[in-house]
Amino acid sequence: MSLLRVEGLHKSFGGVKAVQGVSLAVAAGELLALIGPNGAGKSTCFNMLNGQIRPDAGRVTLAGQDITGLAPRAIWRLGVGRTFQITATFASLSVLENVQMALLSHQRRLMRLWAPLSAEDPTPALALLERLGMAEQAARPCGVLAYGDLKRVELAIALANNPRLLLMDEPTAGMAPAERVALMALTARIARESGIAVLFTEHDMDVVFTHADRLLVLDRGRMLAEGSPEDVRANPAVREVYLGHEGRH
Amino acid sequence: MTQILVQSLSGLASAASLFLVAAGLTVIFGVTRIVNFAHGSLYMLGAYIAYSLVTWLPRGHFPFWGGVLAAALAVGLIGVVVEVLVLRRIYKAPELFQLLATFGVVLVVQDVALAVWGAQDLLGPRAPGLRGAVDVMGERFPLYDLVLIAIGGAILLLLWLLFQRSRFGVLVRAATADREMLGALGVNQRRLFTGVFFLGSALAGLAGALQLPRESVNLHMDMAIISEAFVVVVVGGLGSLPGAALAALLIGQMQAFGIVLFPRITLVLVFLVMAVVLVLRPYGLMGRANAAAIVLPPEPPLRALSPKGRAVALAALLLAIALPPFLGDYALVVLSELAIAVLFAASLHFIMGPGGMASFGHAAYFGAGAYAAALLVKHFAAPMELGLLAAPFAAGLLGLVFGWFCVRLSGVYAAMLTLAFAQIAWSTAFQWVEVTGGDNGILGVWPSAWAVPKLAYAYLSLALCLGGALLLRRAIFAPLGYAMRAQRDSPLRAEAIGIDAFRVRWLAFAIAAGFAGLAGAVFAFGKGSVFPTAMAIPRSVDALLMVLLGGVQTVMGPLIGALAYTGLHEQLLRVTQFWRAALGAIIIGLVLFFPRGLAGMGPRA
Ligand SMILES: Nc1ncnc2c1ncn2[C@@H]1O[C@H](COP(=O)(O)OP(=O)(O)OP(=O)(O)O)[C@@H](O)[C@H]1O
Ligand SMILES: [Mg+2]
Repeated sequence: MSLLRVEGLHKSFGGVKAVQGVSLAVAAGELLALIGPNGAGKSTCFNMLNGQIRPDAGRVTLAGQDITGLAPRAIWRLGVGRTFQITATFASLSVLENVQMALLSHQRRLMRLWAPLSAEDPTPALALLERLGMAEQAARPCGVLAYGDLKRVELAIALANNPRLLLMDEPTAGMAPAERVALMALTARIARESGIAVLFTEHDMDVVFTHADRLLVLDRGRMLAEGSPEDVRANPAVREVYLGHEGRH
Repeated sequence: MTQILVQSLSGLASAASLFLVAAGLTVIFGVTRIVNFAHGSLYMLGAYIAYSLVTWLPRGHFPFWGGVLAAALAVGLIGVVVEVLVLRRIYKAPELFQLLATFGVVLVVQDVALAVWGAQDLLGPRAPGLRGAVDVMGERFPLYDLVLIAIGGAILLLLWLLFQRSRFGVLVRAATADREMLGALGVNQRRLFTGVFFLGSALAGLAGALQLPRESVNLHMDMAIISEAFVVVVVGGLGSLPGAALAALLIGQMQAFGIVLFPRITLVLVFLVMAVVLVLRPYGLMGRANAAAIVLPPEPPLRALSPKGRAVALAALLLAIALPPFLGDYALVVLSELAIAVLFAASLHFIMGPGGMASFGHAAYFGAGAYAAALLVKHFAAPMELGLLAAPFAAGLLGLVFGWFCVRLSGVYAAMLTLAFAQIAWSTAFQWVEVTGGDNGILGVWPSAWAVPKLAYAYLSLALCLGGALLLRRAIFAPLGYAMRAQRDSPLRAEAIGIDAFRVRWLAFAIAAGFAGLAGAVFAFGKGSVFPTAMAIPRSVDALLMVLLGGVQTVMGPLIGALAYTGLHEQLLRVTQFWRAALGAIIIGLVLFFPRGLAGMGPRA
């Protein structure tokens, strides 16, 4: 039984057909990699899954519930965490406060006016940061962090509402190669332990082939291939349009 | 039937002058992205200069029209001077700073005009040969207004040709559509910007000069025309010339028929139209969203006061409590005004700083509180205590209503919409004479007997205003304050973790309005009266100045800004008759040299 099921997604921007008929399914505890060259439509897919963009056509269901066209915050409340290709964190808040925002929002305690945030028990947020190796930097403002560290904070934020599904758009971009492997290994472990479904994109093929259970290849908005890493690696069409460009990153 | 025709003709005549003013404003915005508050001042200068030239030159066709044209060109040159001296340096500053700097120019021009032409209204000569009226199907219509319509049409045509056919016009259109591309094309931007300023200012000057035969020249022309020009430009879509023409037609007709159909709400009507258009089409009838706003670098995380800071704050508080018995009546009144200023500034800072919203109309809520209290006293003989209690709720309610529209927008559009709503509130107070007393205000709003002594009232003001400011500070450090900062820092991330940015901003707006209303009520009982000026543009600007003077990015900013600004204002009033010009110069200097405010001048990078 798949947790996330996507059928026939379409999206055009003016004349650009960014996504044309993408269907996929991810099961709990499974890691599906969405790969493809620049401009293939990967980020657009993510944006349609978490509600940031309304698809022109197609359907997204989460555990059987139709979530097409819901607002991102509603989809988040259903247990979908998201990281962005270009990191989005609260620059003037500390790392700890960033995570606390997500926790408080999850508990619907954000609109409070009286007790200061600093009186809040930091343990749950620190525990999340600990898991991602960011606890030492908890007090630093997000605005001054290195890019790789920001990616880790984003993941901590995304995990704050105990998600069922993680959408990770290039989670390791801007990290050193060793860091990338470590972060994806950690993600994979968390996903398997907690039964979280993960959909991610990644330009680093080592990371993809090491951690993805299945791959889906996009090219100019269309699905080119889908299957196990071995199948995809052997697929001549994929070798043609995609792996031929591999040196570019 | 004929009446309708005559009304629509006079609507066309107002549309023609509105278009001339708005065209300059919108072209300047399109290219430089600056909303020029001083555009109305250029219009006023056009009228004054034309007055001097036309009365000085001999009578006749050529001297009259020559004088009008010369006035337009002179104003064009004045616009260039302003651009080179001030605006050129702030093209990259956040919008609110630009608005403020141009408001500084407004103040300077007001005093220059006062010094040169004096305070009395000046009545210029009628246009030679155009004194009479023509017969329009049996109704009389001023001949000069027909000429004005023709001139408006001709200028529209000329501008259209200029923008379609000349290299300058092509560059202006390119810059309006995409400024980055223009830089890439290797165009001399400086010269283009200066040229655009000349053109826009000359158009404003021409419009002013052409008013000479229609109305007397006075020192209020600038503010009267600029609010209308803002409405036209915003309704048409900032940067869109056809939009300005369309909106000028619309507003001109609305004014002409509004006077006949709804004489009581003419002022409100115009701003109401603007509000409705902005809600339905946030970028105006023919405008487009422009590139992201320029923002300041992120502020540092919030920190509670250090032990030293806490000691200083406590000492200041104790001083404020211990000092009053030793002060004279005048000093006690000043103290109470300081406290009011602190709360007013803190309430605006609440939405501007942590909330990241722009408001150019915060006076609406200050005034709403003041009027709510005064109306309760006057019409229901309510005691002061009830007035003070009701005021924040009345103002907060108004904040909920206006805020519902305003908090959806950002940048210039938010500034313009908040301004429009404040003008609606002001016009209501001004025109609804039976209830508000109109320009004569409401008198006899005195405190309860126990609070009549100046000392008692000073303590009451301190308690309410500092208490209010402390509550706001508390909210900034509470989850809501963090949620406000979160949606400001990254709307994308906020939404992705379930934060409803609209609700957060809306609530924050209403809270800020409520506390501004409390400040307004304390102000009303302190003065014993309320006038429409309590919600006029200058009061909104006061609040903005206090916040920017103190620094948007610091929690202590509004406190420091309010004290510094109120002190400065007092001093300027005392030492010079031309305090407006001095204040304007200080505003400009502040924006140019200390964009982070006084509190932001510390060691922080
Ligand atoms: N908001 C938008 N407006 C217009 N075009 C867009 C928009 N977003 C994406 N596109 C276009 O849609 C296509 C797909 O873009 P998308 O960002 O989804 O690609 P991607 O696979 O994520 O690429 P990358 O690997 O570079 O991140 C591109 O041609 C892009 O230019
Ligand atoms: Mg992408």
